[in-house]
Amino acid sequence: MTAGLNLHAIRAIYTYEMARTARTLLQSIVSPVLSTSLYFVVFGSAIGSRISHVGGVSYGAFIVPGLIMLGLLTQSIANASFGIYFPRFVGTIYEVLSAPVSAVEIVTAYVGAAATKSVLLGLITLATATLFVSVHVLHPVWMIAFLVLTSITFSMFGFVIGIWADSFEKLQLIPLLIVTPLTFLGGSFYSINMLPPLWRGITLFNPVVYLISGFRWSFYGISDVNVAISLGMTLVFLSACLGLVVWIFKTGYRLKT
Amino acid sequence: MSLRNATIDVRRATSQIGSVSPVISIRHLSKTYARGQTALRDVSLDIRRGEIFALLGPNGAGKTTLINIVCGIVTPSAGRVEADGHDIIRAYRAARSLIGLVPQELTIGFHESVLATVSFSRGLFGKAPDPAYVEKLLRDLSLWDRRNSQIMTLSGGMKRRVMIAKALSHEPQILFLDEPTAGVDVELRRDMWQLVRKLRAAGTTIILTTHYLEEAEEMADRVGVINKGELILLEDKKTLMRQLGKKRLTLVLGVPLAEIPARLGAHPLTLSADRRELVYAYGGNGAEANIAQLLADIAEAGVVVKDLRTDESSLEDIFVNLIRRGP
Ligand SMILES: Nc1ncnc2c1ncn2[C@@H]1O[C@H](COP(=O)(O)OP(=O)(O)OP(=O)(O)O)[C@@H](O)[C@H]1O
Ligand SMILES: [Mg+2]
Repeated sequence: MTAGLNLHAIRAIYTYEMARTARTLLQSIVSPVLSTSLYFVVFGSAIGSRISHVGGVSYGAFIVPGLIMLGLLTQSIANASFGIYFPRFVGTIYEVLSAPVSAVEIVTAYVGAAATKSVLLGLITLATATLFVSVHVLHPVWMIAFLVLTSITFSMFGFVIGIWADSFEKLQLIPLLIVTPLTFLGGSFYSINMLPPLWRGITLFNPVVYLISGFRWSFYGISDVNVAISLGMTLVFLSACLGLVVWIFKTGYRLKT
Repeated sequence: MSLRNATIDVRRATSQIGSVSPVISIRHLSKTYARGQTALRDVSLDIRRGEIFALLGPNGAGKTTLINIVCGIVTPSAGRVEADGHDIIRAYRAARSLIGLVPQELTIGFHESVLATVSFSRGLFGKAPDPAYVEKLLRDLSLWDRRNSQIMTLSGGMKRRVMIAKALSHEPQILFLDEPTAGVDVELRRDMWQLVRKLRAAGTTIILTTHYLEEAEEMADRVGVINKGELILLEDKKTLMRQLGKKRLTLVLGVPLAEIPARLGAHPLTLSADRRELVYAYGGNGAEANIAQLLADIAEAGVVVKDLRTDESSLEDIFVNLIRRGP
């Protein structure tokens, strides 16, 4: 242990989680490639033939950032929640609880691994999308920044769900009931400026709007809301999730009896 | 002798009499679970450096709870625990680094290999990889040939050995074995006893729980008995056996006796119902037996003894008596 941080433990958990990803590599890659292709067939061709351009960008290209975000959010939550829920479920969590590891180390390792996988899947989705439409990225550094920040944020959120859940049903519940609708209604497939004013106002309470808008700006320089606000909101969610995680470890909530 | 050697000698000497610096010190430990079950009530206990300590008690007595608190898996309701002087909560890193745990349940991954899971444990406990040590460990546990097998393809006994390998992966000074031999065949049980002895010889302190009293009798230096969350007995095994163990000497008579000869009246003898056996009870509470005198008196009384046998109560008898009496 160096500098008061158990780096060996972080590496052990991270490697373990990445090995789990590698074991399911095929389905990890196939599913985003397949779903991206389907979205392009359905949305890109069917709807795209009616809406040709949004803000000067072809509809097919317009939905790419939203599609990536959709996958990023679902995958981050699914990976991170499963990563911590499964050891709780089968009991192997005892080892982590009895080891000289701090909350910071546990979260860094689990969330880091889940976020890494999400970023990879995001890039795979992007690569798949380029097969259907021509995509260009105006601000690559910002694109990566949004990708990474969002992955970390929602992996942390998934981690919280994985600790809160006490059944596999509950593990699916929040992604199904909250995250997927918010993502679909958050402007993945349309600009919220296309909505009537009332709905646009309501939509601004949807946190996902800010993520998608910021992310899309990094591609095409167009956004529904100011980029600074998008970035600010992303950081607010990150802090909120971080606060939740700190609270969990402070109180031992659902980890220790 | 250099000063350094001198201190080591003193340490060794004191650890042998066990009066100084317990390796684990438990003070007024209580645990009430969220649903209101009280699992431990005001338990205080010192584990001596280098000993094998057997924790006995019926199902639900609180053994696992006690172990899980020391290992950091369960939060105590009251009291404190130190491992080698480190508070298990405030100095959890130092405390936990010293401790290895083989839990009661077979909780282990399915898909990873033996080698991967053992290396994972070592890393988790903050140790740099040491392939040579891990190899030796796996060889000692006869797991080396299966090092690349997925855990789910192993038998139950092998899985248990993998759990032991995981617990030992970071070279702990203190090892908790929560029912290590439950559901394990005779051969593996012998192997484990041997392993435990080897570890002890290397200086590891071992705390084990078991329902097999012969195991405690065979292995332990000291025995603690927990019942309904209270520590009701704490004793050196030998003292315990001496104090509570009763011995009986049965003399099988060549010729049945009508009654005990007056000559033998000074001895605590009873005549069996069929009048063919004289039973001499001794031991327990340290009372000294005077067998030489008894035999001399029997010869003098002209009693013909055809055969003799002795029985002594086992730890099991002692244990059953204790639990029946209750705390
Ligand atoms: N997580 C828990 N939540 C609530 N009660 C618990 C929990 N774990 C144990 N208990 C209760 O605490 C008491 C002590 O249980 P514990 O597992 O410590 O006993 P034990 O001596 O290890 O028993 P066994 O020999 O069966 O393993 C029991 O009454 C048990 O029901
Ligand atoms: Mg138990």
